[in-house]
Amino acid sequence: MSGARGSLLSVEHLTMRFGGLVAVDDLSFDAPAERITALIGPNGAGKTTVFNCLTGFYQPTAGRMTLRHPRRGDFLLERMEGYAIPAQAGVARTFQNIRLFPGMSVLENLLVAQHNALMRASGYTVGALLGIGHFGTAERRAVDHARYWIDRVGLIDRADADAGSLPYGAQRQLEIVRAMCTEPVLLCLDEPAAGLNARESAALNELLMFIRDEHKVTLLLIEHDMRVVMEISDHVVVLDYGCKISDGTPASVRNDPAVIRAYLGEDEDEAQEAPTQP
Amino acid sequence: MGYFLQQLINGLTLGMIYGLIAIGYTMVYGIIGMINFAHGEIFMIGAFISIITFMVLGLIGIGWVPLALLIVLCATMLLTSVYGWALERVAYRPLRHSPRLAALITAIGMSIFLQNYVQLLQGARVKPLQPVITGGLRFFEDGRFAVSFSYLQMLIIVLTISLMIGFTILINRTALGRAQRACQQDLGMASLIGIDVDRTIALTFVMGASLASVAGLMFLLNYGVIDFYIGFHAGVKAFTAAVLGGIGSVPGAMLGGLLIGLIEAFWSAYFTVEYKDVAAFAILVMVLIFRPTGLLGKPDVEKV
Amino acid sequence: MNAPQTSAFDFSRALKEAGLIAGAVVLLAIGLVGFRTVDVPGGIGLITRFDDVVAAAVLAFVGRLGIALLRANRPRPVLGVSLAFAIALTALLVHGALSETASAAQRLLPFASTVVNWVIAIVAWILAARAARLVWHAASDMSADDREARMDRLGARVQEWARFVGPVLLGIAIMLPFLPWTDRRLLDIGILVVTYIMLGWGLNIVVGLAGLLDLGYVAFYAVGAYSYALIAAHFDLGFWICLPLAGIMASFAGVLLGFPVLRLRGDYLAIVTLGFGEMVRIILINWYTFTKGPDGLSGIPRPSFFGLPFTRDPPEGVESFHSFFGLEYSSIDRIVFLYYVILALALVTNLFTLRIRKLPVGRAWEALREDETACRSLGVHPRNTKLTAFALGAMFGGIGGSFFATRQGFISPESFTFIESAIILAIVVLGGMGSQIGVVFAAILLIGLPEFFRDLNQYRMLAFGLAMVAIMVWRPRGLLAHREPTVRLSDHPPPSGGVQPAPRQ
Repeated sequence: MSGARGSLLSVEHLTMRFGGLVAVDDLSFDAPAERITALIGPNGAGKTTVFNCLTGFYQPTAGRMTLRHPRRGDFLLERMEGYAIPAQAGVARTFQNIRLFPGMSVLENLLVAQHNALMRASGYTVGALLGIGHFGTAERRAVDHARYWIDRVGLIDRADADAGSLPYGAQRQLEIVRAMCTEPVLLCLDEPAAGLNARESAALNELLMFIRDEHKVTLLLIEHDMRVVMEISDHVVVLDYGCKISDGTPASVRNDPAVIRAYLGEDEDEAQEAPTQP
Repeated sequence: MGYFLQQLINGLTLGMIYGLIAIGYTMVYGIIGMINFAHGEIFMIGAFISIITFMVLGLIGIGWVPLALLIVLCATMLLTSVYGWALERVAYRPLRHSPRLAALITAIGMSIFLQNYVQLLQGARVKPLQPVITGGLRFFEDGRFAVSFSYLQMLIIVLTISLMIGFTILINRTALGRAQRACQQDLGMASLIGIDVDRTIALTFVMGASLASVAGLMFLLNYGVIDFYIGFHAGVKAFTAAVLGGIGSVPGAMLGGLLIGLIEAFWSAYFTVEYKDVAAFAILVMVLIFRPTGLLGKPDVEKV
Repeated sequence: MNAPQTSAFDFSRALKEAGLIAGAVVLLAIGLVGFRTVDVPGGIGLITRFDDVVAAAVLAFVGRLGIALLRANRPRPVLGVSLAFAIALTALLVHGALSETASAAQRLLPFASTVVNWVIAIVAWILAARAARLVWHAASDMSADDREARMDRLGARVQEWARFVGPVLLGIAIMLPFLPWTDRRLLDIGILVVTYIMLGWGLNIVVGLAGLLDLGYVAFYAVGAYSYALIAAHFDLGFWICLPLAGIMASFAGVLLGFPVLRLRGDYLAIVTLGFGEMVRIILINWYTFTKGPDGLSGIPRPSFFGLPFTRDPPEGVESFHSFFGLEYSSIDRIVFLYYVILALALVTNLFTLRIRKLPVGRAWEALREDETACRSLGVHPRNTKLTAFALGAMFGGIGGSFFATRQGFISPESFTFIESAIILAIVVLGGMGSQIGVVFAAILLIGLPEFFRDLNQYRMLAFGLAMVAIMVWRPRGLLAHREPTVRLSDHPPPSGGVQPAPRQ
């Protein structure tokens, strides 16, 4: 690890209450820049809730989430509107239940991701309608950008096929590269390995490490698949019932008794398997 | 003061009629997530069947009002329910797994069909009925304005309240009610644990239709005249009431209905009669801006 | 292909089901069909028509039995009975139509109404045809999904020849006024159909592309019409200036309505837009000083051919259209001109839509329709995007309204009821959401066709409602629901040197 790298994302005392239920309780952690941070924990621990707070789908009850964009300065995510977070702060995400645009083609999905840049280039539509401005060039650039990512995940042959017609594994990958087309600095992935077999998980690992290393993007992922977590994360945060119970490198977390208790229950004499995908 | 009280009584009675119709909308929406656009026409059919039954009773010589009312009530509830059942069976069940817009268009189509069906069979002119229930109580206020609380209005209120009580017991205490609430929560799961989803949905439509038919009867008695177009107007208002109260919530539907009835009565009395519908509607928009799921609706927590 | 299934036919169950259906029909019919209210001096009276009820019940029973037999793959009895019935009924009806006096045999007809009898005859023929098909070809064991897939492929193929059908239809449309059989009536129908096509294309932007449930489109139509009428009456600007002005007023109304309500969920948006449509109508009826209420606005200036009026006797010093071109005056000239105007307006709407679908905002509309949450996560501003769709749709509605005003010369709130919104929405949905050519077909089917059955006017709306239901049940996604992507990878071949790396951040 090279020195003088700060955290891209600082979450401080994040709390989310739904009526009487406390989903996230005073959570604080940092996601170091250009590293992969994994958020793990038993089901119901509040991981997706954290994501939803980060990406503007929920308004947190309390707490602060600071994103330190390398070129645009700091953003307080809890104060921003949902659509502004990807557009300005550069935070992109994928969803637990894949949310592609199923009736639109693969290429079109990736072009929607580049919406804001294209809108500006089209003179907010008016320019392009009247034929002024350089929309054609901008669109070509956007298609090239999309082509790069489509090629990266091996979907070039199916670039014009409906996204909904792709097999499950390809859809997961498409969702990730679509998020990459928004040129984010932080990519939040919600269970990207869910439903993938061993080969597909390996391909996913490769893709994620490629994104981290070649594109210098910080990743934050929620995962249950420990293969993925242990193999590629640089930093792991463990949640249970909304509270952080461990925070550190994958090796330290794996051996943390608090974590083992959370996953396997109180009785430590039971067979100690590394927690695997349920 | 007397004037105010009068508007209150008028508004509440009108509101109960809307509320009964609104319950039908909200139940159907709650269980299959579609707007039953033709529900207003069911109300209208209830009114028509009521007037016809009255006329038949008149022709065969049953004149005693309580008996006649009872017969009309039973006849209209029974016959209108069959329309509700048929509507679901023919137009909505085939589209249960289709996009919602398709179901909406079908519903609008059925609404147009039923309107014209009645118009062709019964004629396009208005149908008047001799007043059946007359008389009432009068409270003299200041000697200038007398507040009248007619027996008909009392009947409407009593009938509606009893129906609401019976209905709530049905929903909360019986197996059918449980099945309905289960379907409302999760249709797929309900069928997996053995609930006859088709039957539950059909019964939902039947219940909504019977309540709407009672509303139709009350409308007929209250206004003394009906035509084939009352379904559309009452339907829009009742649907507004259902949304206002929180679509999917039965008490919300009745609350919404009462509110719309009161707004109409007070606005026509204190401002202008022409814009009463505009007022009711504007209030709906206001409420939705601040409480997008209606007054008693559950906040829609997005599952992301 | 699987062998046809000939299961043992459960006759008693089929009888029971048919009996249940017949019973339901009796209950349905007894109230409203069995008893009819009629106007008598002093109020209303009651007549009975129980034979209609009985006929309906019997037919329902027999029909249901027939369908059950067809489903169990026993078509022969169905073929025999339905064919005999169809032939007999049709013969009676034709005889009744041709002969002057009613014969005794007419009493055998099931219903009093001729139209209903014809409908029953048609249903019998259809049943006979299906039975015949089953007799000659074994029933294929296609599941509902297979049928849907087959229809989809058919839809895709139709969409392909839509490429040719489109220009052909356009050619016919352009040549219409000069075709030998075109008379005033056909031109009027043409103008009506093209107006609805334009309105359908306008609403298509809102409902088809952006997926916003708008049940009050007639409001923008009305705003356009009244704006045009008032502007044209008070300021002496020509048709071609007032038209876009009215369109702008309508899109203002769209923004005004859209701003507070577009964040509402689908069904709430539906009721709010419906209410808005009604509100506009009520305001039009009651704001007498401004809109002259139910009396309406008359004397709306008719369009001229760029300054040349279409009158027989133009005022002093003004040349008329026909004198300028050295033609004989014919009252149909104005109609032809109007036809071309609406055709041009519709084509502008179409070209605009086709163009904007390829622009980012158009793509964002479709993405919003598919999944709004995903859009938000990609930085798309939902409300502004929806507002744009709404405003543009409103603008085209308003322009359509202006045309309507100038064509009629007179407008009143009666023309702007909810039914219009419903018709336009039906055209969009029935045609296939987002499909431009689908709108054309739907408009021809729903507007054009009934015009030829003008004499059956009272049954028109009934048939319309029935058609809406039937088409939706048969094809829930619309007649032509296939979607082509707006951009293909091959449109932008990679620069030489292969795939470029993504630009550095």
